[in-house]
Amino acid sequence: MSRPVLEAENLAKRFGGVRAVDGVSLDLAAGEVLAMIGPNGAGKSTCFNLLNGQERADAGQVRLAGREITGLPPRTVWRLGIGRTFQVAAVFASMSVAETVQVALLSHDRQLWRPWRRANRYRRERARALLAQVGMDWAAERTCGTLAYGDVKRVELAVALANDPRVLLMDEPTAGMAPAERGQLMALTQEIARARGIAVLFTEHDMDVVFGHADRVVVLHQGRVLARGTPQAVRAEPEVQRVYLGAPASTEPTAC
Amino acid sequence: MDFVAVQFLTGLASACALFLVACGLSIIFGVTRIVNFAHGSFFMVGAYGAYSLSGALMPLLGGLGFWLALPLAALGVGLLGALVEVAVLRRLYRSHELFQLLATFGLVLVIKDAALITWGPQDLLGPRAPGAAGAVTVLGEQIPEYDLVLIALGPLVLAGLWLLFHRTRWGVLVRAATQDREMVGALGVDQKKLFTGVVFLGSALAGLGGAVQIPREAANLNMDLNIIAEVFAVTVVGGMGSIAGPFLAALLVAQLNAFGILILPEISIVLLFLVMAVVLVLRPQGLLGRKELAGSATHGAPESPLRPEGWTLGLIGLAVLLALAALPLVAGGYQLSVASEILIFALFAASLQFIMGVGGMISFGHAAYLGLGAYAVALSVTHWHAPMTGALALAPVAGALGALVFGWFCVRLSGVYLAMLTLAFAQIAWAVAFQWVGLTGGDNGLLGIWPAAWASAPAAFYWLTLGLVAAAVLLLRRIVFAPFGYGLRASRDSTLRAEAVGIHTRRQRWYGFTLAGAFAGLAGGLYAFAKGSVFPEVLSIPMSLDALVMVLLGGVQTLAGPLVGAAVFDGLQTWLMSETDYWRAIVGAGVVALCVAFPRGLVGNLRALQESRRDTPAVSEEGASG
Amino acid sequence: MLSVRALEVLYGRAQVLFGVGFDVPGGQVTALMGRNGAGKSTTLKALMGLVPPASGEIRLDGRRVDGWPPYRIARAGLGYVAEDRRIFPDMTVAENLEVGRRAPADGRAPWTVAEVERLFPNLADLRDRRAGQTSGGEQQMLAVARTLMGNPRLLLLDEPSEGLAPVIVQQMAAAVRALKAGGVTVLLSEQNLRFAGSVADRAVVLEKGAVRFDGAMAALADDPALRHTYLAL
Repeated sequence: MSRPVLEAENLAKRFGGVRAVDGVSLDLAAGEVLAMIGPNGAGKSTCFNLLNGQERADAGQVRLAGREITGLPPRTVWRLGIGRTFQVAAVFASMSVAETVQVALLSHDRQLWRPWRRANRYRRERARALLAQVGMDWAAERTCGTLAYGDVKRVELAVALANDPRVLLMDEPTAGMAPAERGQLMALTQEIARARGIAVLFTEHDMDVVFGHADRVVVLHQGRVLARGTPQAVRAEPEVQRVYLGAPASTEPTAC
Repeated sequence: MDFVAVQFLTGLASACALFLVACGLSIIFGVTRIVNFAHGSFFMVGAYGAYSLSGALMPLLGGLGFWLALPLAALGVGLLGALVEVAVLRRLYRSHELFQLLATFGLVLVIKDAALITWGPQDLLGPRAPGAAGAVTVLGEQIPEYDLVLIALGPLVLAGLWLLFHRTRWGVLVRAATQDREMVGALGVDQKKLFTGVVFLGSALAGLGGAVQIPREAANLNMDLNIIAEVFAVTVVGGMGSIAGPFLAALLVAQLNAFGILILPEISIVLLFLVMAVVLVLRPQGLLGRKELAGSATHGAPESPLRPEGWTLGLIGLAVLLALAALPLVAGGYQLSVASEILIFALFAASLQFIMGVGGMISFGHAAYLGLGAYAVALSVTHWHAPMTGALALAPVAGALGALVFGWFCVRLSGVYLAMLTLAFAQIAWAVAFQWVGLTGGDNGLLGIWPAAWASAPAAFYWLTLGLVAAAVLLLRRIVFAPFGYGLRASRDSTLRAEAVGIHTRRQRWYGFTLAGAFAGLAGGLYAFAKGSVFPEVLSIPMSLDALVMVLLGGVQTLAGPLVGAAVFDGLQTWLMSETDYWRAIVGAGVVALCVAFPRGLVGNLRALQESRRDTPAVSEEGASG
Repeated sequence: MLSVRALEVLYGRAQVLFGVGFDVPGGQVTALMGRNGAGKSTTLKALMGLVPPASGEIRLDGRRVDGWPPYRIARAGLGYVAEDRRIFPDMTVAENLEVGRRAPADGRAPWTVAEVERLFPNLADLRDRRAGQTSGGEQQMLAVARTLMGNPRLLLLDEPSEGLAPVIVQQMAAAVRALKAGGVTVLLSEQNLRFAGSVADRAVVLEKGAVRFDGAMAALADDPALRHTYLAL
């Protein structure tokens, strides 16, 4: 495997008396898609927040391409090349889809202080191209509020790509989507990651998505890494079955 | 040392009323999510009510009459509150929080005039408390017995409320409703009754706070706004929705007042608000407040995105501008001075709309920057004999500097907390202008600020105003659609997402706040020359509220709104003041009615009507898919 | 027991439900299936009075309840468990249950704290814990238990398996079967065919705000074409 783009070492975070994240280490290579799974409250979201600087780690380090980024605020982490999408898609309700992407471009180029030029004429072609990449150029002039949820998630992806990120963090990217849409979005993500050498880390509850689209899986339980490895290896772990997946037989459809 | 102890006890006694009112405000906010501006008015009515009731009961019952009058007054105010809930608040629960605040401010005006009609303009000092009229000697100093009663009352009420909220089913339901009202309804609880009950309780507490003051402080018509600023400070410092928080904060604030007066009498109020600012920066949700409540931003995103207007609207705008420029050909001096004033307010309102509509920051103290601009002009003219152009150039600088300093604190907060902090800062500015008599002339103001000879004719000054206002408003509009405006809107729409694409949202909001301060300052500078004088009123709460009314009349999300709002509101108010003494009540009732009837403002509602006529498509939850 | 006819709901100008109609027979578990955005949650909210229907009829035991405020609908015998649980985070588990407590209208034996704790044993150890400090699965159990304290005759469960670990999902399925055995009628919305298949007698499939299938759960589970068309499975 090539040299990791993102490395996290012994990350720890407490909330009150609860150890939300307790010594988690992981690494991600360029072009690799890593899934993080685990029960609710296992520390997945906290882990994400530590990686992109939304929360401050009590201990541990995060390195991006060898450079330490621990404790930097999200906006700086973003500039250095870690893009993020959210569990509940967050977009700008008062803007069109194209403008949403343009704001990310303006921010990337540090142009947001400008008081005179029309913002929606800024790098239109580039915004269109980014939207085309996620198959959303048809919706450039619509507002995000009028789009289907799956499409909003795609716009979020385009926004995250505006910065040419080296790492993409996707917190439950398919939550709230129909099963067919889920597969499509993750296939698209996988394709972009491979083509552009972006490392992707995502959390997910839908095991079909995890086992269908992840190169590797890491299982979190009570703030610690319970297992890691290929999807097949992780699925076969008895501990993982016990605390998270449940007994395989009883989740099969039973018609009554 | 003994003197310190006495001062401490006096502070404790003063804390009582403050706690009662703040706690009532906090309870009402917790459940209804309405910051009740009229809470100070309930306090005032409690004092007047206790005065009248004790006057009626004491001849019949003697000393008992006094002690009976206090709870009866509280009960009466509670009923008044319940009436207000049923008649007004109930219709606003689903409205934007701005309209809620504004409607309750309308109530302030109505209640003030009602009190004026009922009790007259003179101060009314209540009787001394029978049985507690003397003084006891503590550590060699005299302490009024009544102060000791008040010192005991605060903790008693606190304990009673704690029992009510933790040991009774009603209290548990109220706490549940504070966290999720809708779910409480889905579990079978009649919310209407619960809400009315909560408002009754909160109002009764305010009424009690007012009633117990009558032996210490004469009931007067300024009690409402005087206490509300302090109460906002106490509730915000203590934590909205909490009960023990306001208690702690009231103790803190009352002690600050008691000792602040000894050390620096001129700036005791500044001290109070500085403490508030410090607490909020360190702990934005207040001492015992909950984060979710503090972060409660505005309900409902803008309905449709802002768009720069097309050619038609641009041409209409040009036509209006030309028509306005031609006004001196037909209007006389008085009309022109009214028109100048309206233009100035239009700029003031437009600058407020910029931070509210585009920046998503509700300011309840925007008059601070108007006032700073006005005082900058007045001081430079009267003290340094500056020429008009120089003085006028200074106005936006002063407004911007003030906004830069105050904004640094304010942009750390959001929603109602931000609104209340801006109000507090405006009160600081007002207190400085009011108390620093040597510099500002205090209540007497600064007089003789006249335009230079070339601009002294009404028409010339009107044209100058029109030119500056039009240029400033156009510049503001340009900024809205420039990258800076988009950065602000991004920060407003989703702070999380904005930060995640590298936007320093706090800084973007800070610069936006400062920019709005500069435009307000320019308006203030023009205002000083238009009036020829500056008084502390230019910085006062009602002035800030006037601007809010103008913006809301026009619609927060409509760019032309503030201009229409300023014209309608200022025009109406000027006319009403010439017609009746009770213009406040009429304006207030009008504001309440507007908030209930037009939750999006005049222009906003018109536009919504227009849009609903144009197209009513049936959109599925899914929409189209790619 | 519950019958829905020609139900239409609009959010602002966007129409979400287009004439939805189905019946919920007493004593059975009915699953409202469909993709995200099909209108399942909206249907349940409309039944509970949390969103006002633009038109249509909702009858509970023959009595029209559409247009009633939620608290009256709750008192008429409907219980609602929200998709996002909506427990009261700052109150203890016991206080959460107290908020839900309401005597049954028809003189049946009421649910007690002991009984809901027998259904969800995890809750027994948590009585004095602040609800916000419990895990996602425990919150889901609390949300169901809290609603049961109001003694509903018909329980509406919005996506009871959403976002839960598979082990917790299995516990929820067991609880739903136990409730049915105890005589409670259940209407649940679900995207997860495994979960729905393991508890429901009947299925109603929504797509784009309209009913596309109404019949036995077994018929839906056994028909791959049907599943593929409306559930994209």
